[in-house]
Amino acid sequence: MTSTPLKIGPYELQSRLIVGTGKYSSLELMQQCHHESGAQVVTVAVRRERLLDKNSGRNILDFIDPQKYILLPNTAGCFNAEEVVRVAKLGREMLTGSGYRGADWVKLECLGDTKTLLPEPVGTLEALKILVKDGFQVLVYCSDDVMLCKRIKEAGAAAVMPAGSPIGSGLGVLNPNAIRIILEQVKENDPSYPVIVDAGVGTASDVAAAMELGVDGVLLNTAVAGATEPAKMARAMMLATESGRLAYEAGRIPRKLYATASSPWEGRINA
Amino acid sequence: MELSVNGEKLQLPDGATIQALLDHYKLQSVRVAVELNRDIVAKKAYLNTSLKSGDTVEIVTFVGGG
Repeated sequence: MTSTPLKIGPYELQSRLIVGTGKYSSLELMQQCHHESGAQVVTVAVRRERLLDKNSGRNILDFIDPQKYILLPNTAGCFNAEEVVRVAKLGREMLTGSGYRGADWVKLECLGDTKTLLPEPVGTLEALKILVKDGFQVLVYCSDDVMLCKRIKEAGAAAVMPAGSPIGSGLGVLNPNAIRIILEQVKENDPSYPVIVDAGVGTASDVAAAMELGVDGVLLNTAVAGATEPAKMARAMMLATESGRLAYEAGRIPRKLYATASSPWEGRINA
Repeated sequence: MELSVNGEKLQLPDGATIQALLDHYKLQSVRVAVELNRDIVAKKAYLNTSLKSGDTVEIVTFVGGG
């Protein structure tokens, strides 16, 4: 028995876990973690090519199988709409005709400052509108603000991706209530609209808890890459994503203050 | 002629193309995207896009990220 597939933009995904490619101690380890995670989508960043000292000529794409993975280019490190649009277009150009899937979508990340790495909402919306007009399917990293998420959806985003907590913090979903309100509001009359928790995950239970709220997926990087045994954590994340989703689809029992016996009262020999 | 490539100065013979610039750095065109004076250059145009002195070129690739 498996959970239902997830449709985002042009893609239908069996796995609801999206993983990053950053911070791994080696490209081989990254590859192993991708495999263990069961993810079908991996994020990548656009950066200047190192012209001298090219790290023995190894490119990250040589460690990502185009048959197995869809690339999701991000605009990480951008601080205004102009930078976001420039980087998004470079990511698309990288993928066009490359044999990799992913040229038609982008993870929009427009940051406010380098200390919090929190999303800057005004630049985010501005960049989103330009990218949508340019034909991109845009997955938008944003704060867990319900009104902002609604505006992002109205502006044509393919998915909203509220942060559970700051990038790389490992604090999990700090405000599950906010995520629940976002889910209710953006999925009203549109239950399949994708809401992904992006950033903040520390360990597998954070993923399961997020999925049990009813989010459509989780995007994470540091929690795996920074674990003591990254490949083992990648497998834990896969299981947590699947179990959290199945639990959500199964429908949990209501919380009650007092006990309810599981064994019958009738027929007790000491009664 | 003098170019600015990824923020560094570079001397190349006059009339060199984008492809010649990539060859200079031993870069494969399938692994990069190129901007010339802020405009993206399509891969099929690398061979016949000539550079001129003062041009600013950005050569980017994918790296690990979240």
